[in-house]
Amino acid sequence: MAATVTLEVQRYRPETEAEPTWDRFEVPCRPEWMVLDALNYVKERLDGTLSYRWACRMGVCGSCGMTVNDEPVLTCATYLQDLPRGPVRVAPLAHFPVIRDLVVDVTDFVAKLARVKPWIIRKQEKPLSEGEHIQTPEELEAYKQFSMCINCALCYAACPIYPLEPEFVGPAAIALAQRYNLDSRDQGARERGEVLSSQDGVWCCTFVGECSVVCPKHVDPAGAIQRYKVTSTIEWFKSVLLPWGKR
Amino acid sequence: MNARHTTFHPKWHRERMPIFWWLRKWNYTKFITRELTSLAVAYTALLLVVEIACAARGEGPWSRLEAWLRSPAVLVFHGIVLLFLLVHSVTWLNLAPRAVSVRLAGRHVPDSLVLAGHYVAWLLASALVWWVLTGTGR
Repeated sequence: MAATVTLEVQRYRPETEAEPTWDRFEVPCRPEWMVLDALNYVKERLDGTLSYRWACRMGVCGSCGMTVNDEPVLTCATYLQDLPRGPVRVAPLAHFPVIRDLVVDVTDFVAKLARVKPWIIRKQEKPLSEGEHIQTPEELEAYKQFSMCINCALCYAACPIYPLEPEFVGPAAIALAQRYNLDSRDQGARERGEVLSSQDGVWCCTFVGECSVVCPKHVDPAGAIQRYKVTSTIEWFKSVLLPWGKR
Repeated sequence: MNARHTTFHPKWHRERMPIFWWLRKWNYTKFITRELTSLAVAYTALLLVVEIACAARGEGPWSRLEAWLRSPAVLVFHGIVLLFLLVHSVTWLNLAPRAVSVRLAGRHVPDSLVLAGHYVAWLLASALVWWVLTGTGR
C-alpha cells in the first residue's frame, strides 16, 4: 500500500462561514509530489470545491504561494516528503485578505508594485537610428539579482511590518524599484525616490530580514531596502549641503 | 449561513496580527532581541551625558557618581549592559554587507571583505577610545 500523508487545509467559504475552518484529507505521499500535487489530488478526487491558485508548476509564475506548516512557500516547489512527519498544514498566504479557501486578494500588492514605476524611465529617448542601449556584463550584474523576482508575494507574507504598517510599500516593490534604479539605462531614480524615501518607503523597514529568507528566487529584498536607506541618506545630505545642485 | 455575506460584496477574511507575533518564529524573536539591545545603547549614551555633566560640575558630583558606579549592583547591571552592547554591535556589524555594496574597478567587493573592514574600523575606534580614556596618549 502506498504511503499517505494527512493534509490539513484551511477552508473559508464566506457565504456560509464567518471564520475559516480546517478540513483533513488523506492523500498519497509520492516521492516526486509537491504540496501542489497533493492539493490537485484533493481537488480532482476528494473535494472539487477547494479553491487555490496555480499555473506553471515550475516556480516561475509565482501564483501558488501559500503557507505550509507556518512557512510561506511556493507549493509547486515544496516536496511533500521533505516536510516533517505529521499532518501538513496548508493555509493561505499570511497578511492578505482571504477571498476563499487558499485564494488571497493581492490587489494591494500589485498596486504597490506599480507605485515604484517599474519600467525604464528616460529623460529623453534617443532616436532609433542611434541603435540600442549597450550594457556591459558588469552593468547587468549590478541589477540582475533584483530582476529575478516572480512577484509571488511570499516576502509580504513573511514581513511582520506589512500587516502592522499596511501603507508600507513592501519588500518586493522596493527590490523591483532597485532593479530599475541600478540599471545603467534608467534615469528615473529620483522619481522613484519620492516613493522609496517617503514614510511608506524604506524607512518602515526594521530589517527583520525574513523576506530574503523565504524568497524562492534568492532575491535579497532586505538587502535592497538597506542599500536604498544608504542611498536615501546620501541624497538627503546632498540636498541639505548642496541645495543649489541636488534639489 | 454567514449573514454578512452578499453575492456582490463577499466578506473577506482578515487575520489580525497577534501581539506576540514575534514568538511565532525564531528569526522574529532574534530580531526583537536585537531591537531590545538598542535600549542598552541608549542607556550607555545617556550615562555618558550624565558623566560629562557630573565632571563639569566639579569633584563632588563626580565622586558621588563614581561611588555609585562602583557599587556591586551597578557593576552587575553594567556587566549585563556590556553584554547587550556587544550583542547589538556584533549583530549590527554582521548585517553591514547587506546594506553596503562596494564596487572597485568595476568589480563587486566580496561581503567578507566589507565585513572585515567594518570589524577593523570597530577595533580601531575602540582602541582610540581606550587610548584616550586610559591616558596612554598623554
